[in-house]
Amino acid sequence: MNKILEKKALSDVTKLMVVEAPQIARKARAGQFVIVLIHDKGERIPLTIADYDREAGTITMIFQEVGKSTMQMGTMQVGDSFKTIVGPLGHPTEIEKFGKVICVGGGVGIAPVYPIARELKEAGNYVISIIGARTKELLLWEDKMRAVSDELIVTTDDGSYGRKDLVTVPIKEILEAQPGQIARIWAIGPAIMMKFVAATTKPFNVPTIVSLNTIMVDGTGMCGGCRVLTDEGARFVCVDGPEFDAHRVDWNSLLSRMAFYRSEELQAVERWRKSHECKLESAVAKGVE
Amino acid sequence: MAESTRKKRVKIPRQDMPVQEAEDRVQNFTEVALGFTLELARLEAERCLQCKEPKCMEGCPVEVSIPEFIEAVRSGDMAKAVRIMKDKNNLPAICGRVCPQEVQCESRCILGKKGEPVAIGRIERFVGDFELEKNTFEVTRGPSTGKKVAVVGSGPASLTCAVDLARLGHDVTIFESLHTPGGVLVYGIPEFRLPKAVIRSEIETAAKALGIQILTDHVIGRTLTIDELAAQHDAIFLGTGAGLPMFMRIPGINLNGVMSANEFLTRVNLMRGYQFPDFDTPVKVGRKVAVIGAGNVAMDSARCSLRLQSLRGGAKGGEVHIVYRRSPAEVPARLEEVHHAEEEGVIFDFLTNPVEILGDDKGAVRAMRCIRMELGEPDASGRRSPIPIKGSEFEMEVDQVIMALGTSPNPLVFINANGLERSRHGTVVASQDTGRTTMEGVWAGGDVVTGAATVISAMGAGKRAAADIDLYLKGETKW
Repeated sequence: MNKILEKKALSDVTKLMVVEAPQIARKARAGQFVIVLIHDKGERIPLTIADYDREAGTITMIFQEVGKSTMQMGTMQVGDSFKTIVGPLGHPTEIEKFGKVICVGGGVGIAPVYPIARELKEAGNYVISIIGARTKELLLWEDKMRAVSDELIVTTDDGSYGRKDLVTVPIKEILEAQPGQIARIWAIGPAIMMKFVAATTKPFNVPTIVSLNTIMVDGTGMCGGCRVLTDEGARFVCVDGPEFDAHRVDWNSLLSRMAFYRSEELQAVERWRKSHECKLESAVAKGVE
Repeated sequence: MAESTRKKRVKIPRQDMPVQEAEDRVQNFTEVALGFTLELARLEAERCLQCKEPKCMEGCPVEVSIPEFIEAVRSGDMAKAVRIMKDKNNLPAICGRVCPQEVQCESRCILGKKGEPVAIGRIERFVGDFELEKNTFEVTRGPSTGKKVAVVGSGPASLTCAVDLARLGHDVTIFESLHTPGGVLVYGIPEFRLPKAVIRSEIETAAKALGIQILTDHVIGRTLTIDELAAQHDAIFLGTGAGLPMFMRIPGINLNGVMSANEFLTRVNLMRGYQFPDFDTPVKVGRKVAVIGAGNVAMDSARCSLRLQSLRGGAKGGEVHIVYRRSPAEVPARLEEVHHAEEEGVIFDFLTNPVEILGDDKGAVRAMRCIRMELGEPDASGRRSPIPIKGSEFEMEVDQVIMALGTSPNPLVFINANGLERSRHGTVVASQDTGRTTMEGVWAGGDVVTGAATVISAMGAGKRAAADIDLYLKGETKW
């Protein structure tokens, strides 16, 4: 159980893993997530289900190595097993025939937006997808996204690939060019990107859904660490979400809460790098002997 | 009993349990109360008058034959004491540590009328610990009935129900959502009050002997649903507890530094955050911590905070407050915990209630605006209700606020549970005597039915449900 069957590097810091998880694959739907725990001393981290194969009994997870746990996860190899993968958690995306929709994925957020775009397309929607990243190297799944979209726009912040723009620019262009035509927008990516997408679509009054990736411990409603302020009060991302109406989220509170453990995260990364470098050095030294 | 022996017995004072000294124990997470020695246990057992009509048993939710096991301890026959205990209580090492004996068995002890009651809980713990070490008692499985029971959750209600059913020969599978079994015993109660090794040992021993299968990482409602379990099992017991934390409806609850006791304790206990960075889950502790509420969970949070402050060298000038809107007389926590918390330096602010949490420019807690309270007429719970005193508001400087205001059942489990009725508080409607719910073949017990209560009352409910499930599976009673 929980064995890694396939591993691919999508960029230097972005990895894809296909993992054996038949029970989760059987139930998984677009928009849901899992909690993984690498080993006995690990922390429980939420990861979106980027894809699933019910017949093969597998799920696909894509993650960016940003903290100690994801860095360590990046060192796991095919054949290794996670201590825990639990899910599928959270509400699935509400899929129906809305008409013309936009799916926005930023960086590693392209992965979770993919199954949503696919299901929307299958439900008969006209899907315009916009995927963006800081630089070409961080873009992923362009082909897969193209295959499930009627139109695809690619942007990079630095212009190394596609349009040199933030994702908000083409969103605004479309909304201005096709007033009243867009029924709904999904946007998944870094919190700061989602905040600006929300600000961009608000004046056009287009329902905008974001998938939040806040700090979580259990992921089942028990700790409340993931709570987010909306104009209806505090909500738990793990059980009330992970998708929320972008226009009702208090983004500043969210961004500040996500940074709460920043110093501990840095400390853990520092420690991991040191112990890792030590191992590398000793391996190199041994090799020399 | 001869009158002279009786007089002699009455003269023996209630024996104290050895403890780690307060100044030492705030520096570590190891157990505070060290347990009786055999000598102390036997001396304390000597105090029991062996009443012909023992009242103590009436105070025990699982009806342990208290005078009998105490008599066995007195005579030094520990194996017998274990046998008597395990006939009713599968988890004595746990109950001896966490039961509020002062309001249960010990409150009925005849000795307590004039002096101090027999320390039943401490003797019970001694019996439980003896058994964990010596393994004298072999739980055995009855002849297989071929009936399959799904037990959802692995806290005290579920464990008790599972063990009783397996002893009767049913095939039991436990479904636990977290990665470790034990429920509130592992995520809620700290190591210094209930060591994880004790829980692991009690669970593993029973599961192994009885062939109980424990499936962790199964969130019922998501991974599988009640309807799916019902299709594959002859009966279902729901002991999913009350895991959903409540927050006060006051401004500022989403500031950084405000958290539920559930989050704080889960980080500390289940994830071993106090050993960060050796363990990956971080946990923060403030310089001035306010814990809101005065139940066991509040005491645990306050005492974990003190320890984290000491361990991280921030003890100087560090403060931990219990902020409670009622008076000392209404404190719901177990007496021993309040006493230990006081000894360790927790500051109690009674008749005080927060009305707003104030943040700094970075969105972190800097203070709490509180109001003083006074006690009015008794409310529905029988406790005098607190009333705010006008104009008594004041600011309390704090940098962490832990909400320990109680919990309600986690609603996830009820996804696709057709016909399962719940109260408006979110608890499952179930018979007090049998645990039967409104859905055929589904029983429930413990906090998921009562709302947050005690370990032992949950165990009592698990026991009653197991007895009824057994009758039902044997066809001796209809739904």
